[in-house]
Amino acid sequence: MVGKVFKYGDNVDTDVIIPARYLNISDVCELSTHCMEDIDINFVKKVNKDDIIVAGYNFGCGSSREHAPLVIKENKVSCVIAKSFARIFYRNSINIGLPIIECDKADEIDNEDILNVDFEKGIIENRTKNKKYNINVFPDFIKKIISSGGLMSYAKEQYNG
Amino acid sequence: MGMTLTQKILANASCRENIKTGDLINIKVDIVLGNDITTPVAIREFKKYGFKKVFDNNRIAIVLDHFVPNKDIKSAEQSKVCREFAHEQNIKHFYDVGKMGIEHALLPELGIVTSGDIIIGADSHTCTYGALGAFSTGVGSTDMAYAMATGYEWFRVPSAMKVVLNGKLNENCSGKDIILTIIGKIGVDGALYKSLEFVGDGVKSLSMDDRFCICNMAIEAGAKNGIFEYDDITKKYLDNREERKRKIFKADEDAVYDEVININLNEIEPVVSCPHLPENVKRAKELKNIKIDQVVIGSCTNGRLEDMISAYEVLKGKKVKDGVRCIIIPATMNIYKECIDRGIIKEFINAGAVVSTPTCGPCLGGYMGILAKGERCISTTNRNFVGRMGHIESEVYLASPMTAAKSAIAGYITD
Repeated sequence: MVGKVFKYGDNVDTDVIIPARYLNISDVCELSTHCMEDIDINFVKKVNKDDIIVAGYNFGCGSSREHAPLVIKENKVSCVIAKSFARIFYRNSINIGLPIIECDKADEIDNEDILNVDFEKGIIENRTKNKKYNINVFPDFIKKIISSGGLMSYAKEQYNG
Repeated sequence: MGMTLTQKILANASCRENIKTGDLINIKVDIVLGNDITTPVAIREFKKYGFKKVFDNNRIAIVLDHFVPNKDIKSAEQSKVCREFAHEQNIKHFYDVGKMGIEHALLPELGIVTSGDIIIGADSHTCTYGALGAFSTGVGSTDMAYAMATGYEWFRVPSAMKVVLNGKLNENCSGKDIILTIIGKIGVDGALYKSLEFVGDGVKSLSMDDRFCICNMAIEAGAKNGIFEYDDITKKYLDNREERKRKIFKADEDAVYDEVININLNEIEPVVSCPHLPENVKRAKELKNIKIDQVVIGSCTNGRLEDMISAYEVLKGKKVKDGVRCIIIPATMNIYKECIDRGIIKEFINAGAVVSTPTCGPCLGGYMGILAKGERCISTTNRNFVGRMGHIESEVYLASPMTAAKSAIAGYITD
C-alpha cells in the first residue's frame, strides 16, 4: 500500500479530528468533509486514496467519539502511523477496521514523504528517504477481529446474532 | 505476583484466579452506557449486523445529555433514534428530557452503578465510576454495539500507576485541584493504557464528589481507568441507593505498579489548566493578567451538589463582573431541584449568572455558551483543546468551581 504522508505533532485530539459542532450529523459521508478541519483546514481537499497520516505521541486523545476514526477511514486514508495512540482511539480503529501502526521512528517521517506499508511483513518503507522501519504485529485475538472485518462481524461469527 | 485493584476486579470477571498485564480477556459487563451522540452510531452497527435483541434490557443505560433539550433538527433526529430504540428494546434505564442528567452524575446518583462492577460507556468520561471501586472505562460506539448484542467486551489487562495521596486539602481546594495537579505532573499521556489507582491516608478526607471528579479526569492523563478502594465513604454513598449487590475488592499487598507518585494534599493550591492541553497547569494566582469573557460551572466533572454549593458560597451576595457571562449547569434534575430548595439558584441569579437545566452543551462546544474568536472562558469542564468550546482562536482555562466562581466576580482568573 503506497501513499503520501500528512504529518502532524503530538496529542492530536479527537476534537480537531472531528469538531463536536458537527456531531449532530449522522451521515458519515457528510461528516467526513470536516475531517481534520481544526488542525488542517485543507486536509479534505488535499488527501487522496491510500494517503497516510503520521503523528507523534498520543494520537486521538480526548473524546471517545468513533466519528474520529470513521471520518479518517471515509477519506480513504490507508492507515495512521503514530508514536503512540490514545487507548479509545486505538480500540475504535481496530473495531471499525482502520489500520493503525505504532512506530517509534515516526519522527523520521516528514510531510509528503511517500511510504509503502507492508502489513504482512511488518515493514514501513520510506521511499522518499530510502529507509525502512519495522513495526509490531498485532496479537492473535486482535488479528481475528481485523480478519473478521471488525468487531461486529466477529461478534456475528461468535454469537450467531 | 500480586494484582492491582483493577486487575482483581478483571480477574474475578474473567473467572480466573490470576491475570497479568497484557492479557487479552473477553468478560461479561454489568452496565453498558451510551448518550445521544454515541448511541445512534451503536444502534446503526447493532442493526446492520442483524442483531434483534439486546443481551439484557436491564443492563443498558441510554442517557440523552449532550445536545438536549435538542439544539437543532439534526440533534433532534439523533435523540429520536435513541428514543425509538429504547422503546423497542424496552431499555429500563433510558433517560430523556425531564429525567435525564449528565450521564456520569446521573448513573451513580440513581444507584445504577456500584462497587465491583464492570462498566463500559461510549463516552470517554465513563472512567468516573471508578470512584465507587468499579472498573469503568470509556469505549467507542462499536464497542457499545458489541456489548449490547453479546453482554461481553474485550480488554487488554492494564498495568497501573499508584497515586498515594497524603495529608488533607486546604479549604480553598477540591478534587479538581488534585487531579489537575496530577495531570500537570504526569502529562496527558502519563498514564496511557494504565489504571490510575488512588490510595493513601488522604483518601479518607475526600468526599464522593471529589472522588468522582478525580476519576472523571483520569482519561485526561490517558488512563484506561481511575479507581479508589471501597471504604466507609463509599459505603455511606451506596447504602439505600444501589440496585445491584456491591462486590468489594482490594489490591494485593504485593501488587506491582509501573510507577508510584506521592501527592501531599496540604501542598495542593488552586490550579488552572491553560490552553490548549490539560497538562498546562499553573497556579491560579499567577494568572491574574488573564481577563475572561465567560465562566462555565457544571459538566460531568464538576456539576454535582458540592460543586454547586462551592460556587454558591463564593457568589452569594456578590455580582458577576460586568461583561462576563456566567453559565451554571447543575448536572442532574435532582441536583437542580436541591439547588432550588436550598435557595442556591436564586443567589446565582441574583449574582447575574444564568442557570440551565442539565446538558453537556458548552463543554464540547455544542451549544449553551459557544465562544467567539479571541474569547476566553474559565470552565470547570475537562478539556481545553483547540476549538473545544467554540472558535479555534478561543481559549478555555480549566479550574475548580470555587476558582471559576471567584474569577467570575473578578473578571480575571484568580484564586
